[in-house]
Amino acid sequence: MFGLNAKDTRLLWIVIGLTMLAPFLLNPFPEGSELAQFNAGYPDLMQRFVIFGIFAIGFNILFGLTGYLSFGHAAFLGVGSYAAIWMMKLLTMNVIPAIIMSIVFAGLFSLIVGWISLRRSGIYFSILTLAFAQMSYALAYSVLTPITGGETGLQAKISDPRILDSNAGEFGRANLFGLHMNSSYELTIGRWEFTVNTGYYLAACVMLISFYMAIRIFRSPFGMMLRAIKSNQQRMNYTGLSTRPYTLAAFVISGMYAGLAGGLMVAMDTQVGPERMFWTASGEVVLMTILGGAGTLIGPVLGAGMIKYMENIISKINDSILHQWFSFLPDGLEDVIVAVVHPFIGKGWSLTLGLTFMAVVIFLPGGLVEGGQRLGRLFGRKSAESDKKTPPAE
Amino acid sequence: MDAIILQILNGLDKGSAYALIALGLTLIFGTLGVVNFAHGALFMLGAFCAVTLSRIISLSYIVLDDTKKDFLGNPTKIEVPYIYDWLGADTGAAIIDWSVPLSILFAIPVMILIGVIMERGLIKHFYKRPHADQILVTFGLAIVLQEVIKYYFGANPIPTPAPEAFSGSFDFGVLVGFDPNSIIYPYWRLVYFAFSMVLIAGVFAFLQFTTFGMVVRAGMADRETVGLLGINIDKRFTVMFGIAAAVAGLAGVMYTPINPPNYHMGMDFLVLSFVVVVVGGMGSLPGAVAAGFLLGVLESLASMGWVIDLIPGINQVIIYLVAIVILLTRPRGLLGRKGVMEE
Repeated sequence: MFGLNAKDTRLLWIVIGLTMLAPFLLNPFPEGSELAQFNAGYPDLMQRFVIFGIFAIGFNILFGLTGYLSFGHAAFLGVGSYAAIWMMKLLTMNVIPAIIMSIVFAGLFSLIVGWISLRRSGIYFSILTLAFAQMSYALAYSVLTPITGGETGLQAKISDPRILDSNAGEFGRANLFGLHMNSSYELTIGRWEFTVNTGYYLAACVMLISFYMAIRIFRSPFGMMLRAIKSNQQRMNYTGLSTRPYTLAAFVISGMYAGLAGGLMVAMDTQVGPERMFWTASGEVVLMTILGGAGTLIGPVLGAGMIKYMENIISKINDSILHQWFSFLPDGLEDVIVAVVHPFIGKGWSLTLGLTFMAVVIFLPGGLVEGGQRLGRLFGRKSAESDKKTPPAE
Repeated sequence: MDAIILQILNGLDKGSAYALIALGLTLIFGTLGVVNFAHGALFMLGAFCAVTLSRIISLSYIVLDDTKKDFLGNPTKIEVPYIYDWLGADTGAAIIDWSVPLSILFAIPVMILIGVIMERGLIKHFYKRPHADQILVTFGLAIVLQEVIKYYFGANPIPTPAPEAFSGSFDFGVLVGFDPNSIIYPYWRLVYFAFSMVLIAGVFAFLQFTTFGMVVRAGMADRETVGLLGINIDKRFTVMFGIAAAVAGLAGVMYTPINPPNYHMGMDFLVLSFVVVVVGGMGSLPGAVAAGFLLGVLESLASMGWVIDLIPGINQVIIYLVAIVILLTRPRGLLGRKGVMEE
């Protein structure tokens, strides 16, 4: 279906199912229960899951397929965001032009950066992309203040011209033909509460489209060519083939994905600041992709979800919650365990992230996807011997 | 003219820090072939060695002084460091005052130990893995190290002053025939520059004039042949990793009075140091040092008033701009060797 083989179609349907039911699946614990803080089904976080999913899918098209490690992808995210907010300020609060222009501008910018950076490979390429991203950040922070708003960034304001909007001069909210992005429908079933949010579903649909396109790219002759570049670029050159157009195309595509993610961020929350382009943001998408599994289809989305989940959920846990959990233990032991766990929760969530990340790189070079496969093989050994249906690393 | 000299001097101390970190990075890369993203974290750990030592030696107990009363009429509390009791008040005060230079003695063994543990415990297992994996695991390690420091020392910068004797400024202008007070330069920055020159010279001399250094250089050129000659080159490379860690750590120790250390200072310097290493040429020690000073000085020259008026924002991007231009025109950096990291 959709021009995919049976296995990819199944994967696509699974992802469609998961994203569409996410508000329910991510809220498995009833409201007010002790485990309710593990619920991730609130709109803000779900939006971040899918938006960073898009970012990571795009990054994976470059890194996973060609092996070029870009350390400057946040710049494209930032450019996309700035383009989107300007569309909202100048034209309309409708998110369609904003998203389209964010893709266009990020694509153009990545064309320039890629055209220069792709002259080199290996660590030189990483440093060149890093240099461009840091330059964009520094300029957005200082000299380009008239365009970027400098340190304060840009917000949608009442005084914006918004020439296409009928309600210009009033406070506008990001919308899709009148449907507000931040409008939600609260569904209460027994003790469970579910929030169905317009913005999330828009972002999720966009994510599904980008995921579908990524599958098509992975399975196309173009994707095959990119993988060939990763495995042996020298041999490709010796056969008389110029790899530059292919790598550049992959770079621009992944830049456009990043721009799309930036545009969606603005659509969900109409503001943008230069810190979105800082190199730690570029590092984060690298973490996501590797954590999930670089070069796999679903890996980057999993990685993005996991990092955002940790960032939001682990950082909320505090000592009193820990004491509640371990209250069944004898007093002394309880205090000891809470003291041991304390550095890893709350503000220490990035310590947990760093350790998890190191463990993944050391023990599971294929990321979470490889971990899943190993588990699958471990438990399904009898059938797995002849069974090729376990999702392979691509 | 005097403004230019002043900016060059200002650039030298930042350039010294870049050069020292880049030197360590290149040592590790040249010997072990590992791209160490945790090197900035080693710089930061060095700085926190200084903080730790100064906290240890100023451990105090409280005595009540009955002769003075505070506004509530209670006797004032005076903190007396234990070291006053052990070594006398004068010596004690001097030691606390000189805690940053003394930290050098403390930091060398600590940093070498940390470096050796890092190499034996983690990086050893990554020689055969792709460069991307090495970058990623050391990046993860850097996150972990900086979070650990944040946990113990908090997120705020910790002021660690230089000794009283170096707290003033030096009127450099008078020395070269300008008006007094035209070129003022803090003593400590001068000390930092001199210290880094000594350290760099020490590392080069060690590699050039000792048997150990000779073997290491031979190993850098052709590891396999050195191994075939029956020399345990891995052991020597581990020691070099320790030395590289110590160089980064000492750069951090001495940098504390210039910039109060905080947990993310390593990352701030790391990004620039990588640019420095690549500009200098991967694997070239003199290249790393030269590029460090070059970029440090260029950065501070670009932040002069009339340059900024001419090209707005140039001070923010000059380093990256230079890096891009050099990488595109001289593919191996300034002094890079052929065939390093080009696959």
